[in-house]
Amino acid sequence: MFSSLIFSGFMANTWIAASIVAVIAGVTGFFAVLRGETFAAHAIPNGAFAGAAGATLLGVNVIWGLVVFAVVGALGIGAAGSRARHDVVTALALVVMLGLGALFVSVSTEYAQQAYALLFGQVLGVSSVEVAPIAGLGIATLAAIGLAFRRLMLTSAMPEVAEARGVSVRGMEVYFLVVMALATSMTVPVVGALLMFSLMIGPAAAARSVTARPGVALALSVAIALAIVWLSIALSYRTNWPLGFFVGVGGALFYLLGLAARTLGSGPRAAAA
Amino acid sequence: MTSGPVLTALLIGGIAAITSGIIGVFSVLRSQSFAGHSLADIATTGGAAAFLIGVNQFWGFLVAGMAAAGTMEAIGVQRRRGRDIATGVVLGGALGVAALLLYLGTLRTSTTGASFSILFGSIFVVSPDTVPAVVGGGVVALLAVAVLGRRLLLASISPDLARARGVNLRLTGVVFLMALAVTVSLSAVAIGAVLSTALLVGPAATALRLTRSPGKAMAVSAAVGLAATWAGIWLAYESYYWPPRAHGWPVSFFVVALVLLGYLLSYARPARRPVPRSPHEEEVPQCSPA
Repeated sequence: MFSSLIFSGFMANTWIAASIVAVIAGVTGFFAVLRGETFAAHAIPNGAFAGAAGATLLGVNVIWGLVVFAVVGALGIGAAGSRARHDVVTALALVVMLGLGALFVSVSTEYAQQAYALLFGQVLGVSSVEVAPIAGLGIATLAAIGLAFRRLMLTSAMPEVAEARGVSVRGMEVYFLVVMALATSMTVPVVGALLMFSLMIGPAAAARSVTARPGVALALSVAIALAIVWLSIALSYRTNWPLGFFVGVGGALFYLLGLAARTLGSGPRAAAA
Repeated sequence: MTSGPVLTALLIGGIAAITSGIIGVFSVLRSQSFAGHSLADIATTGGAAAFLIGVNQFWGFLVAGMAAAGTMEAIGVQRRRGRDIATGVVLGGALGVAALLLYLGTLRTSTTGASFSILFGSIFVVSPDTVPAVVGGGVVALLAVAVLGRRLLLASISPDLARARGVNLRLTGVVFLMALAVTVSLSAVAIGAVLSTALLVGPAATALRLTRSPGKAMAVSAAVGLAATWAGIWLAYESYYWPPRAHGWPVSFFVVALVLLGYLLSYARPARRPVPRSPHEEEVPQCSPA
């Protein structure tokens, strides 16, 4: 009974949507970890969540609130990043967005239920209408990263060499932050802001702790993200506990496994991030 | 403005602002804004657990924050980038647990109100019983930093020099993270866990733009934080008479807005020297893992 229900039509959309999200998270997360943008990866989806509250208040589709907040936040972090301390600017951008979120939530009283879904995700209720935009977004994200792949790698690993070759390090940073903002803002309504962050960082950090080769690490990051998502859906379906719990704890466990593997000497020391 | 809840709010908010202002200077110097924010977010896990078992949220914030600080330090590589990843992984795991605890809490009481008071805070309903715990927490955090004193300052500004002088960087780091965890628990009670970062980072960053002396920076930072918090509480109290309805705007919103205003104003005054980037910004291997 369990196996027949979990692959039924109702659940099929969930499997498809979650798999696409896992691929997006695995790829963007790999670059976020490589570039040391972990804090931005946390700040952008969480700040975007406040935009959803604003959109609800204005009575427009939440997706517009998410996109506007995420992109403005990313541009703010990218633009101010060179003039001031990067982590300070990221922190301030995040709290400003969340402060506005607190205001929006307090003004619209009926928002609390929906806010819980936006924070922690409602992946078990994905409708087939929602799958198409996510698929389109997944392709767009992969294309945007694929087009700039070499430049992104170069500016992440060797910024000086990149500048010498005429690749703008600042430009690539803003480019990457905006791609990440668009990718995460579209996935937040499905998987939740907190889960998107866990899914970006855990697999990528685990992959990087096992191998130093970028291509292998990227593939491994996507594979681990998929494994975590699939296991989490099955367990969440079984136990009725929130998906975010399994994804968050799963990411941390995979990272610890990666660390253990490295400590046992099976991985290169150079992979230490 | 002189009723009991408001006085409690002013007291707790004031203690949280002063402690955050002073500890915040070190966390900005050490580029640990992300760690500070994560500890606050992780504190929500403790807050949710406290809600579930029915004890005061402050204790939940405190225990979860201390445990997370220890874990981060245990798995964290010392370089900034590795530290951020370790922080991110601990944060991701803890948020997962928070999701579960809040879900279990919702099952029991069929309300989502608790998640919101944990996340965004509601300073006017803090029970006066919390005051002694908050005062104690503030004193402990400030004492820890005072005892570390110059060693912490040196380790924050120039880790290599500190190590050469025989400062135990690892121990200094752990004690500081613990003090940070206590501090964010205080401000999590005051303005909510997700916004405690505003009090930690904003006033400190503003102060460090205005003065180069660490002592003065701590004083300015504490003053800016205190002013923003008290003005925020006053505005929130007044806002009961504002549109759109007699409901009141959240304190957290005003505090964040005032903190941001202070930071932006600090740009109006040109800094005498460009703000120094912390040594962690360049990939200087400041301390190899033991």
